[in-house]
Amino acid sequence: MQIKEIKLEDSIMLKVKGRVDTGTSPELQQEILKSFQKKNHLILDFEEVDYISSAGLRALLIGQKTANSKGGSMKLVHVCEMVNNILEMSGFINILTIE
Amino acid sequence: MKEIRVRAKAENLNQVYTFMNEQLLSVCLDSSKRAELDMVVEEIFINVASYAYEGEPGYVTVQMDLLTQPDRIWMSFIDDGIPYNPLDRKDPDITLSAEERQVGGLGIYLVKKIMDKVEYQYMEEHNILTIERLV
Repeated sequence: MQIKEIKLEDSIMLKVKGRVDTGTSPELQQEILKSFQKKNHLILDFEEVDYISSAGLRALLIGQKTANSKGGSMKLVHVCEMVNNILEMSGFINILTIE
Repeated sequence: MKEIRVRAKAENLNQVYTFMNEQLLSVCLDSSKRAELDMVVEEIFINVASYAYEGEPGYVTVQMDLLTQPDRIWMSFIDDGIPYNPLDRKDPDITLSAEERQVGGLGIYLVKKIMDKVEYQYMEEHNILTIERLV
C-alpha cells in the first residue's frame, strides 16, 4: 500500500493505493490521525484500493471517531465494488461519508 | 482435496494465498468476489495466527476443494491451539453510530455474511473451521 498526501486549502487528501489489510492498516490509521492533527477535514481517495479487510475498517472507524470528536469531517471517494460491499455488510455505509 | 500446512504466523498468509490461487485457476470469479474470498481467508488466518497459540506458534492446515452440484468453493482451517469457537462471538450491532461502535469484532461477522456456510467443530484436539461459498 502507498499513501500520497495532497494538501488542499482547508483539508487534506490522502490518495491510497493497494490493499488495506492487516499488514498495511496500521500505516493508514497513522496517516489518518496525522492528517487530523493538521486539518479538520480529510478526503480519502480509494480509487486505487481494490481490497479492504476488517483491519482497514478499524482504521476508518478510528478516523471517523476522530473527525466527529474534532467537529471535522472524513470523506471517502472513488470506492470500488468490493470495498463498497464490505462497507455495506459492516453497516459502515451509514456512519461514513462516501461519495 | 488439496492442503497446505504453515506456521500460524501473519507473514505466512501469502503462502496460503499462493496455494488458493493454484486451486482457483479453473474457477471463474469476478475480481470483487475474488477479493471477498481473500478477505475471508485473511480474517480467519490472522485470527488463528493472533490467538490460537500462546508463545511459539503452532501450525495451521488449510484444505481446499471445489465441489459440484451446485458449484462451490470449500475450505477448512485446522489448528491445534486453544479450543475456540469463533461462531460463539456475538454479532456486532451494525446499526450503532460511529461514537457507539466498538473498534474490532467485525472479522468473523463479515466471514459469516460473505460465505454461504460456516461451521466449527472441535475434534481430537483440533479447532476445525469449515467454510463454503457458491460460485
